[in-house]
Amino acid sequence: MVPYLFLGFAAMLLATALMVILHKHPVTSALFLVLSFSSLAGIYLLLQAEFVGMVQIIVYAGAIMVLFLFVIMYLNLPHDVEKGAQIAVRRGIGWMVGALMLLFAGLLAKKGWVAGPAATAPADLSGGNAAAIGRVLYSRFLFPFEITSILLLVAMVGAIVMAKGRPASPEGEGE
Amino acid sequence: MIPTEWVLALSAVLFTIGVVGVLVRRNALVIFMSIELMLNAANLAFVAFARQQQSLDGQIFVFFVMTVAAAEVAVGLAIIVNLFRLRETVFVDEINLLKG
Repeated sequence: MVPYLFLGFAAMLLATALMVILHKHPVTSALFLVLSFSSLAGIYLLLQAEFVGMVQIIVYAGAIMVLFLFVIMYLNLPHDVEKGAQIAVRRGIGWMVGALMLLFAGLLAKKGWVAGPAATAPADLSGGNAAAIGRVLYSRFLFPFEITSILLLVAMVGAIVMAKGRPASPEGEGE
Repeated sequence: MIPTEWVLALSAVLFTIGVVGVLVRRNALVIFMSIELMLNAANLAFVAFARQQQSLDGQIFVFFVMTVAAAEVAVGLAIIVNLFRLRETVFVDEINLLKG
């Protein structure tokens, strides 16, 4: 049952991700991206990472995509016009690079570099995945956790300062 | 039980889709979405390896990557909005302010 669910989610993830980069309208791309994030959350649930799956839905499919859609609608963008020889050449190069990367990944898989070393000591999972993550986050990873709060503060201030734009009549001008 | 190799293959394909998206599109917003796809592919590999190692460190790392991605999206979209105000376009090949 679980492998079939995984294959279903994986097929949906790849299809929607392809639609994100192939569709001409940015709003449709963003909506397909919501779908692909949601199917990725399903895969996380199947991989016994329940906390990450829920955060994926709340942060990615919720907050980040709302921000994307808000900006796209604010800018009121039309369909992308992609014509001309230069763009066709660049598109060909892009797909070729993609094929090369897949080839490289296949070679790596063939060499057997995919499987890492065996497990050392299983983590303490009592109380569920979220409880275990909370225990580790607030003990071993407390310092990085606090630093991310500073990072978010800096990003918030930066976004507000940049999106506010320049004042209409800067002081000290025109004198 | 899903084999780790399957998840890693999925992650590789997802990352490749993101790379192709960055290379073939000229809309800065879609390029940004492709970058998000690549970040998610890396997250998927982290979760797969965390399950294989029976360790939580990979999932903690995914948590941090998501935080950085949220900060990145906020700042990046602010830059794109500013760029649109300045040049009236979001197509990256029409933005050539630094061209000599």
